Amino acid sequence: MSQVERAVQALQAAFKDKVLSVDEFRDETTVKLDRDVILDACKLLHDDEALQYDFLAALTAVDYWPQEPRFTVVYQLYSIPKRVFLGLGVPLQSESAEIDTVESVYANANWHEREIFDLFGITFKGHTDLRRILMPKDWEGHPLRKDYPLGYEEVQFSFNFDEIDDRKPYAKE
Amino acid sequence: MRKEMDTTLEELRHLVSDRAIEGETMLLNMGPQHPSTHGVLRLLLELDGERVVNCVPDIGFLHTGIEKTMEAKTYTQALVLTDRMDYLNNLGNNLCYCLAVEKLIELDVPERAQVIRVILAELQRIASHLVFLATHALDTGAMSVFLYCFRERELILDIFEMCSGQRMMTSYIRPGGLWRDVPAGFEDAVRDFIRIFPKRLKQYSDLLSGNPIYLSRAKNIGPISGPEAVRWGLSGPNLRATGVDFDLRKSNPYSGYERYEFDVPVGSNGDVYDRYQMRLQEMGQALRIVEQALDNLPDGPVRSDNRKYVPPPRSEIGTSMEALIHHFKLWTEGFSAPEGAVYVAVESPRGELGCYLVSDGGPKPYRAHFRTPSFCSIQAIPTLVRGFLVADIVAIISSLDAVLGDTDR
Repeated sequence: MSQVERAVQALQAAFKDKVLSVDEFRDETTVKLDRDVILDACKLLHDDEALQYDFLAALTAVDYWPQEPRFTVVYQLYSIPKRVFLGLGVPLQSESAEIDTVESVYANANWHEREIFDLFGITFKGHTDLRRILMPKDWEGHPLRKDYPLGYEEVQFSFNFDEIDDRKPYAKE
Repeated sequence: MRKEMDTTLEELRHLVSDRAIEGETMLLNMGPQHPSTHGVLRLLLELDGERVVNCVPDIGFLHTGIEKTMEAKTYTQALVLTDRMDYLNNLGNNLCYCLAVEKLIELDVPERAQVIRVILAELQRIASHLVFLATHALDTGAMSVFLYCFRERELILDIFEMCSGQRMMTSYIRPGGLWRDVPAGFEDAVRDFIRIFPKRLKQYSDLLSGNPIYLSRAKNIGPISGPEAVRWGLSGPNLRATGVDFDLRKSNPYSGYERYEFDVPVGSNGDVYDRYQMRLQEMGQALRIVEQALDNLPDGPVRSDNRKYVPPPRSEIGTSMEALIHHFKLWTEGFSAPEGAVYVAVESPRGELGCYLVSDGGPKPYRAHFRTPSFCSIQAIPTLVRGFLVADIVAIISSLDAVLGDTDR
């Protein structure tokens, strides 16, 4: 039994129907979990002697708007002693985009979660420092959401140069 | 302009001690326009005299929305954005992104392209570590090392320019191989570098490693233990300096790294001096890999001949209708990738660089995320600087070798 299979079995044994699915794609395993168990799942994977997923490699989110559940929060865990990756995915509905923080297990989740909060508007319950991190603090909206336009520079012609210049965001005087 | 300076103390209340509120300790702003924050990093320091009580890093000044922009580009177009993230590791970023795309579309890369990729990635590692060494020495008071390191880095950038036409924004590694084969003088140029560099490397070591002024700035400054470093997600030389033997080139090899013989230097104290030593030794190991790769450089094509993903050579377009169609399709619509998500991690000079790529079956990445090593390194700064002097902050930041373009994307 491979190391990854062992981890998947441990998750299935501990959380039963809270494990929504197990996906295999290009030799990568991603376990879809219910959001209620994410903190316990991370604790289990981190603390179990046989698994030792001690390194949070990446933590990000994907927006599937307009589908529901809209968001998926994706965790890429790595075990330095066992040298294997494991992906976790947690689907979230748009009206309740909230999930527990895993900061207590992986300290670096702090900033990764802030980044997701900033760019996707997903809230992390119990987070110690949930502020915007990349965008300015007075920014409106969450740029990585799919319903957020990419943005562009308005073209100024001679007849509307001043009109556009007035609303252009740059330092004036 | 950002209005970040307007942040009130109330908002950061939970990050500073009670003494800051009473005015017993001083809050001091450092950066973002500060020569030793290596880019646009801002730190809010809480100081008790010269001692650091707390430190709140503030990033985002170089955020350019690369991940968002990628969603609007085809897979081929998105490649050029990767150059612009970590501007000291352009080819490494290209490589990471290309590996992710190749994994997604199951594209094979010819042997020769794989070997050239390794040569370039390792040269890039040396170039990046040279900038580290240069700026680190400058920050700790040694001006001359800075000049020497940039002299050698120029040799490497000349090689990159020879291959790709660009010193930094190379976009040379493409999905399916390389943009084109290396030019005639490439091998000689790399051999010259291999001949010159070991001597120079020894000179750097002689200048700093036993220098009492440098040692007093580096030994036992900003130490971190192995388990703590793993908890903070440190990787690469910063993690290995603490004694944790984790190098993706050894543990999860890609691009044929399993074929090369090299050692992974591992430290013990995790202080500024160990982080410096790791990078110094890694340059020597990288040179070993380059030499082995160059000795075993096979002949053959440097691009996959799968025309559905990789454009045909220019010469074919004039004679083959099919080649013309493929060329047209690839440069207008781009290729589509099957639905799914992949995560690929490579060992960049700064640590684990990961690319998480989601496809919805279309010609553009549905979501591209980069796990960047500098992001985690900067996050660990408060843990490292607490209790040390203001002057040590400069040494600690430079020893982490964070690149702000890499952090903010």
